[in-house]
Amino acid sequence: MAAYGIGMISGGLDSTLATRLLQEQGVRIKAINFYTGFCITETQRRLGGRQRDGKVPRNEALRMGGDLGVEVELVDLSESGYLDIVANPRYGYGKNANPCIDCRIFMMARAREILEREGADFVYTGEVLGQRPKSQRRDALGLIEKQSGLAGRLLRPLSAKLLPPTIPEIEGKLDREKLLAISGRSRKAQMELAERLGVVDYPQPAGGCCFLTDESFGRKFHDLLDHRELRKIEKDEIVLLATGRHFRLAPKVKLVVGRTEGENVILERYADETRWRLETPDQLGPLALVEGEPDYEQRLLASRIVARYGQGREQAEVVVAWRRGEDEDQLAVAPLAEEQTLDELRV
Amino acid sequence: MEPLAREIADRTLDTSGTFCPVPIIETAKAVRAMAPGERLLLVGTDPGIESDIEAWCRSTKNALERLWREGKSIRALVRKAPPA
Ligand code: SF4
Repeated sequence: MAAYGIGMISGGLDSTLATRLLQEQGVRIKAINFYTGFCITETQRRLGGRQRDGKVPRNEALRMGGDLGVEVELVDLSESGYLDIVANPRYGYGKNANPCIDCRIFMMARAREILEREGADFVYTGEVLGQRPKSQRRDALGLIEKQSGLAGRLLRPLSAKLLPPTIPEIEGKLDREKLLAISGRSRKAQMELAERLGVVDYPQPAGGCCFLTDESFGRKFHDLLDHRELRKIEKDEIVLLATGRHFRLAPKVKLVVGRTEGENVILERYADETRWRLETPDQLGPLALVEGEPDYEQRLLASRIVARYGQGREQAEVVVAWRRGEDEDQLAVAPLAEEQTLDELRV
Repeated sequence: MEPLAREIADRTLDTSGTFCPVPIIETAKAVRAMAPGERLLLVGTDPGIESDIEAWCRSTKNALERLWREGKSIRALVRKAPPA
């Protein structure tokens, strides 16, 4: 009987090649793709398209499944304990807010459950030894494999020959000779393989779907958690973190200002009884939110920043309307002109 | 088109206001609970649903019988495939 593999795929070139390699061996495949809540595509779709070209991004995992005739199951992690490990990673963060090692362990532990549910022989990924700085070093790959409970059942087809044989290889269900020994950051071997296997449609550049690796998002993420007594983040807060300009006015007071019409629409959704909603009623301008309990000085400051981003920015005075539930207020302020103050407050 | 699609659908799933990948996660759940040959009418507002549902149907071998827009709303009629 053909070996049965569960592929953790992104739809990028590497996971596509890993899948095609196994298909060539006649392996039966089910692909899984994890939804963490930190997916950039989701936010771009929410905004109606990508900022750079206005195009609606594809879901590359689904596209890959369709192209290769492989069933793709989208697995929702955003409701489970995933957010706890993102806020408190055991193995720390990468360059930004990306706890890649913890994240991979979490995902692979879930993949193991799916492997057991499906009665499959192994789980595979498109990982390449030494390609990413932290999570794809040899020791990290081993750690991830052990911690996730997948020891011996986790195959990396692109680097397999550089790693100890897995159980399905030992059992003869997979032909190790047909697996590869790619390592390092160069993409040359993958490009050649893509050509040989006739893989032409894949996202350029690879990956890049995770907000946690984004520098600006990472700053906002750490700012939020660093100003909380409990390191905890709710699913609903992720979209807000990815939206607008953020200014830290005080340890417990934050201002978020919409940058585009689309962002204003998103912010409107968050204007509930817990947040102040700010706008400039006499001119076109952004929608903004204030979290926390600002004092009078902080209210003036928030109003001046909001006024600065509206059409009244050149005027001597702009009215900014505040509303939270039944509470309403109006402040007439001079739009903030000092770049330096702004930069100091910007998250 | 709409009344007919509604009539022949065994189930309607409205995912309006949710975005990739939630509409497809919900679609997969709904289709899993249906019998082969039954039809699901998917309604949504994520502009990417068109490419997602098309790819998902190719990937799962379910049939995408119709895909159309009504204003900002995107609709798809999916027929569950017989077991492999
Ligand atoms: S880039 Fe994001 S999704 Fe990928 S392993 Fe790192 S934290 Fe997880």
